[in-house]
Amino acid sequence: MTVYVLCFILLLVGLYGALTKRDLIKIILSLSIMGYAVNLMIILFAYRTDGSFAILVKEGSNPNMVDPLPQALILTSIVIELGITAMLVALAIRLFQQYKTFDITKIRRLSG
Amino acid sequence: MILPFIIIIPLLAAFLITLISGEKDNWAIVLSILAVLSLLILALFSFFTTGDETFIYEMSGWKIPLTICLVQDALSSFMLVIVNLIALTSLMFSISYIRQYSSPWMYYALFMLLITGMNGVIATGDIFNLFVFMEIALFAAYALVAFGSKAEEYEAAFKYAVMGSISSTLILLGVGILYASTSTLTMANIAAELQTVNSQVTYWVAAIFLAGFGLKSAIMPFHAWLPDAHSSAPAPISSMLSGVLIKALGVYAIIRIFYNIFGAPAVFLTLFMVLGSISIIVASYLALGQWDLKRLLAYSSISQIGFILLGLGIGTKLAILGAVFHILNHAIFKSLLFYNAGAVELALGTRDLRKMGNLKGAMPVTTGTSMIATLSVAGLPPFNGFFSKLIIIIAAVQANHIVYAIIAVIGSLLTLAYFIKAQRYGFHGETEITEFRQTISLGMKSAMIILAVLCIVTSLLIIPGIRELTLDPVVTVIMNKTGYIQAVLGR
Repeated sequence: MTVYVLCFILLLVGLYGALTKRDLIKIILSLSIMGYAVNLMIILFAYRTDGSFAILVKEGSNPNMVDPLPQALILTSIVIELGITAMLVALAIRLFQQYKTFDITKIRRLSG
Repeated sequence: MILPFIIIIPLLAAFLITLISGEKDNWAIVLSILAVLSLLILALFSFFTTGDETFIYEMSGWKIPLTICLVQDALSSFMLVIVNLIALTSLMFSISYIRQYSSPWMYYALFMLLITGMNGVIATGDIFNLFVFMEIALFAAYALVAFGSKAEEYEAAFKYAVMGSISSTLILLGVGILYASTSTLTMANIAAELQTVNSQVTYWVAAIFLAGFGLKSAIMPFHAWLPDAHSSAPAPISSMLSGVLIKALGVYAIIRIFYNIFGAPAVFLTLFMVLGSISIIVASYLALGQWDLKRLLAYSSISQIGFILLGLGIGTKLAILGAVFHILNHAIFKSLLFYNAGAVELALGTRDLRKMGNLKGAMPVTTGTSMIATLSVAGLPPFNGFFSKLIIIIAAVQANHIVYAIIAVIGSLLTLAYFIKAQRYGFHGETEITEFRQTISLGMKSAMIILAVLCIVTSLLIIPGIRELTLDPVVTVIMNKTGYIQAVLGR
């Protein structure tokens, strides 16, 4: 149970950063932290104490093994996060070229 | 079996466009129009042949708990028709509109990815697969919002991308918790397993999903990104985002998850009603103060999504019918209004209502269709918007939610007020406009005329004989809470 609570705290750290930081790069890092927290939590759902890998288990036996499906899910989600992070960084670079700053309080031509 | 092609065709088109197109965008246009046209034909075919049945496609020969399945029932084929119809008109509008930007072929490739994502979300029966397709659609949407390469557009795209990835993370967390408690990812299996699991799990996961999908569909407390993103995007993309993206990713996912998986818990239906009525009133009030035409339309989208959510929250058969009908109607008239705004922006170079004037003589098609769309969104009798709003209000009265009915009436009146403002200043103002930057091409005109005709034609769907064939099966899918499990698993 403790590990799940710690993961949730990590998620909240990321959320706090994304909502309160003013620097574009820090916002992107906070979003990554949120993503890592969720990935870690899903991996922990699949973990079994002293379990073996699914690929090493002999056919027919019924041993204690780690659930392999969440690992596949996390692989997919990491790839997606990489794409989104690359997109965010590209946008941050373009914003810097236009506004000469990373401070979001100075980047506000849109209003209302 | 047509379901896999719904996803394969646009995905293939996206990659072919990047391969074959050079500096010119001719081949990109031909390919994308062909792809979307075939998608629309497939969607219409599936819509008129599905009826009350459910078709399952199991990928790569595995059976259901092990594979990713695609589900085609009345609700999903209804949504597919809306998405591909708006996509086709949006492409027709894009052809000359997008030539003002550099390298237009990239636009078509991203557009095809956007359609892939939305069709995938609608067709899939696997909850993690839904997440993946949603990310594909959102990734294309972030890039398309920033397509104009101006400072404001980057700003809006960054804001959208940050909000979008927060909500995606929340949804992934919800998917993880669902998998941990039910050991399956197929939505029908999850629904069957959840009946045996502690109901607190359902409430927690539903709350996480409400925040996640609420951000995607821009319900009132989660709306902040929408006016920026939808008003900064190129006009055909604004119409795709406002017309279908928030419905496919937000409202459709909410219907599937809250009705078909969680079985519509009463607490959340009440929450839908409260959030829906807040959206209606506050967004209409904010729209009244806007002078930027596209921003006004974006706020109006939030308020109309509020009507749909109110209908879903009331939860009677009539209310769901109203909500489903309003999904279709809003897609049609809001896309049309964004085309009008795009045409005006192209011709005059401004979106500010105060700088527009009398366009009646100079742009008759734009002015005429915008009038039809305005009457439709404000809910005047022969047009489609009137019927869906009327049904929602009648359903609210019948279900003894008098307060919500009054809120919906006030919301309609406010809608009328801010669209009269848009018409008065934007299209029927005092200053005669004589200078035009660019003429409106035939493609743009025909896109607007098609949707204007549909504004009137779709109101025929409410006639009992036609309704039983078109809208009623959709309502049955949503209302029949255990029907989805039985239809997919065959138990």
